[in-house]
Amino acid sequence: MPHSTAADLITPSSPLEEDSELPDAPPHALDVKEEREGDNQKELEIGVPVREDLKPDIKLEDLFDDVDDEDEEFPSSGATTGMVESSPPAVPIALAPSAKYTDPEVMLAFYQRLFPFRYLFQWLNHSIKPSNDFGHREFAFTLQNDAYLRYQSYPTGDLLRKDVLRVNPSRFEIGPVYTAPPRDRKTLRKSTAFRPMAKELVFDIDLTDYDEIRTCCSKANICHKCWSFVTMAIKVVDTALREDFGFQHIMWVYSGRRGAHAWISDKRARIMDDQRRKALAGYLEVVKGGAQSGKKVNVKRPLHPHLARSLDILKDHFQHDILEDQDPWAEPEKAERLLQLLPDKALNDALRKKWDAAPGRSSASKWADIDSLAKAGASKTLDGRLLLEAKQDIVLEYTYPRLDVEVSKKQIHLLKSPFVIHPGTGRVCVPIDTRRLTKFDPLGVPTVTELLGEIDDFDGQDLKEEDEGKKIQDYEKTSLKPYVDYFRTYVASLLKDEKGLKRERIDDDAMEF
Amino acid sequence: MIRQDYNRIDPKRRSTLDHKKKQFAIPTYKQQEYPHRLNLYEVPPTAEITLEQFEQWAIDRLRILAELEACSFRNKTPAETAAHITPLLQKWLPLHSNTSSSAGAQDESLKLERQKDHYSHFILRLAFSSTEDLRRRFARIECALFKLRFQNDDARERQAFVESLQLDWEVVSEDEKRSLATNLANATPGLKQKEVEEGGWFKVDFETVPELVESRRVFLKAGKAYVPVKEQMTMVLAGFNERLEKGLELAARAFPRLDEDDRLTPILNHLSKNFATPDSTLSDSDSALSGATINAASIDGLSQHFPLCMRNLHMTLRKNSHLKHFGRLQYTLFLKGIGLNLEDCLIFWRQAFKLITDDTFNKEYRYNVRHAYGDVGGDAIRRGRGYSPFSCQKILTEHPPGNGETHGCPYRHFSIDNLTTLLQTTGVNDRDVLRGVKEDVEKKRYHIACNRVFEFAYKDDIKRVKEDKSWGAAELDTIVHPNSYFKRAYMLSTGAKAGAGESRGDAMEL
Ligand SMILES: [Zn+2]
Repeated sequence: MPHSTAADLITPSSPLEEDSELPDAPPHALDVKEEREGDNQKELEIGVPVREDLKPDIKLEDLFDDVDDEDEEFPSSGATTGMVESSPPAVPIALAPSAKYTDPEVMLAFYQRLFPFRYLFQWLNHSIKPSNDFGHREFAFTLQNDAYLRYQSYPTGDLLRKDVLRVNPSRFEIGPVYTAPPRDRKTLRKSTAFRPMAKELVFDIDLTDYDEIRTCCSKANICHKCWSFVTMAIKVVDTALREDFGFQHIMWVYSGRRGAHAWISDKRARIMDDQRRKALAGYLEVVKGGAQSGKKVNVKRPLHPHLARSLDILKDHFQHDILEDQDPWAEPEKAERLLQLLPDKALNDALRKKWDAAPGRSSASKWADIDSLAKAGASKTLDGRLLLEAKQDIVLEYTYPRLDVEVSKKQIHLLKSPFVIHPGTGRVCVPIDTRRLTKFDPLGVPTVTELLGEIDDFDGQDLKEEDEGKKIQDYEKTSLKPYVDYFRTYVASLLKDEKGLKRERIDDDAMEF
Repeated sequence: MIRQDYNRIDPKRRSTLDHKKKQFAIPTYKQQEYPHRLNLYEVPPTAEITLEQFEQWAIDRLRILAELEACSFRNKTPAETAAHITPLLQKWLPLHSNTSSSAGAQDESLKLERQKDHYSHFILRLAFSSTEDLRRRFARIECALFKLRFQNDDARERQAFVESLQLDWEVVSEDEKRSLATNLANATPGLKQKEVEEGGWFKVDFETVPELVESRRVFLKAGKAYVPVKEQMTMVLAGFNERLEKGLELAARAFPRLDEDDRLTPILNHLSKNFATPDSTLSDSDSALSGATINAASIDGLSQHFPLCMRNLHMTLRKNSHLKHFGRLQYTLFLKGIGLNLEDCLIFWRQAFKLITDDTFNKEYRYNVRHAYGDVGGDAIRRGRGYSPFSCQKILTEHPPGNGETHGCPYRHFSIDNLTTLLQTTGVNDRDVLRGVKEDVEKKRYHIACNRVFEFAYKDDIKRVKEDKSWGAAELDTIVHPNSYFKRAYMLSTGAKAGAGESRGDAMEL
């Protein structure tokens, strides 16, 4: 950037950003495998450390000493079905008018009456009957005082629910399935016997990674214009995961503020080791480079079929969502950035001249100028093929998904659970129905206080005759209903396939003998 | 006894094998068969050998690995490497093909060669399993050795070996090949149209070829990767590498128990010591800067002698009062390398992160600094002195900076305009130097660019030490380590004599 100053050389980063969800300390730089068991390790893995005085195995564990009693209520997994009790009787929630979504009683009422524990259990367990897929699964709670509690595990969904209601965390995360119940990890004879076995393949898209190209908002703020970056990203990644990798059980979840997570539950995805996760992330990663690296898309020609297809998906978005909505090259300094990405100096000089003469010329016009001046013969040296490739690279740089690939590379990474409340916005982390992807409105996602109000409003109405006798779940009284319904249907289809897989496996074994 | 030691690893190892292989592994204590010259080293040795054989075989293999590693440091081409290694292999670790003997695989001397190859691999696997660094180096060189042997193998025997692996490869039908021709051609770089149409193609699970997937060099459809027949070696190598890495991890878990056997431990320790990184000696010599005051308060002043990568991190840190993870790691290890002790390093970071509370610092950052110094993490014996300061090689090739990250090498990871601006900020305004840097960077000669800037910044001092002959040519060799840069810069500027023990440029780094 010829106009850049020393000050521009350094990207501001804000360590104190209030809801920084990204792991600041990816584990793979250090030799973490050796100390996976160390409590300090959590700092490396997730960047949300435990206070020294609140180590889970010291004081916080004491908070949980009634857990064992609870376990005895469910002596064997055969006896329980993993059913989660339905909503409690309709008692008005009657929140104080000033109640905020961060208030503990709001959180508690949400977990008690709305959180879909039953489907969450089935989703993670891959079956109705409790199995190790759930029992050996790590949950990590963020408590109301911001302490972070790792390695929680529960034999059944109902026990998870009970503990969530008792601890009332402000949110919780989901980790891998381990070789043993994470809670018992200290009792294992050999510490190395405790290691992750499986986890959903996950992806994380966060709009802060688009800050250098989005003009409408920055940091934690979003609007409908920049949400279209997430929409594009979901389209491209979802398509690649289905068509190229053959995955079918992909759920996208709104992260509650400015991004989305993907959870892929196909068995084949769940058992992938870190090397394969890294390979898959690498396949999907196109926009690379740090704050100062200049051109960020450098792809080979001919374009790989995945890139050709992605470009095809993205080019309409580029015209509408980028050129028109973001208008990224309106000002002269910003237009310089565009020129930097173009290959021909004489053409650039002609463009610069034209744009200097017409201040405020829109990005769409500037983009069109490139071809019209090229056709008009503004440069004798112009290589048409290079120009086309540069333009393709620009489209990709401004539209191709910017994934936080570190999250995808490790089985051991934890990710916020669907349906928890985002602490900064109060919105529920709802699944996104990809069949109606472009209709998804992040700013229209219900907040926890709205939902609790809807229950009260509903209960206040007189029930019609025909509704009586039929128990209505609390979530059905609220605008959370379509999201829970979607989740239920999604989980049902996952369970159906999983059942088929199990039968196949039994048949396979039978053949061997 | 030795046999039993192997058995300690054995059950776990065996549990990862499939049913069929398990059946072969169960009759232990028996001589193993070696139908092929090549070995994927999936099944650990089970027969007894003498302590002398144990040591001698391992040492012989170690010679080969050390030579192979040296070839890679000297940037030898595959052909040069093969020419150098082949006679050494003949001498220390011969491995003949079945056709070399009329008795084929039943020939007793062939069996012995293969047994030695098999056992020595597993002994070294054990010896080098103790740290991540050793494991990675060992795996890398063993893969190079396997590749060399695979390429030189008799074509028919190689095919028989590949078939014996029972890899799940499905042949792509002519019809499918034709319907996918464009995609296959576009997804698979370096293939001629004719090769696409007439060559053989395999369909394998994409998990089988992670390297091809990661670099987008293969066509994927519905979970299958379409691989041209000439990538066969890639797949076999990938399979070899993967099995080896898993095996090394298992060995690492088993290692502590071997400590009980006081006869093997010294041998294994001795073997791994012979394989120690020269990298770790770097911090020894470079931390001994006589006369320099190195503490938390002196870093600002000293930073004028830092190479551009570290200078950039320092400036970023001062500007933002923060650095992202890899930046902190790269900079912390550098500071450790110049002789900043742990206590001062913690003070340095605590003061630098102005915007956060002590509580946050202690929670989020203190541990990582201590970890880098080897103060915490792992067990005390293995962690040693923590991590070595990163060499240029490592900074250039590992973990390129992502969005908002400022670590890495500015010569490589900055655009040329931003690089020029940064250089000007640090006082490099000479047009010729800047033009030279630009040319170096375009040719991807990042070291040369950095050395060019060094020579410019200290040109008067260099001239002086050359004239008074206080420094020799070796002491003004190309710099390939940020800590060498600092040490040399500091000594030049303070008029110190060239110190003994400065780490030499091409010291290896894996
Ligand atoms: Zn916006």
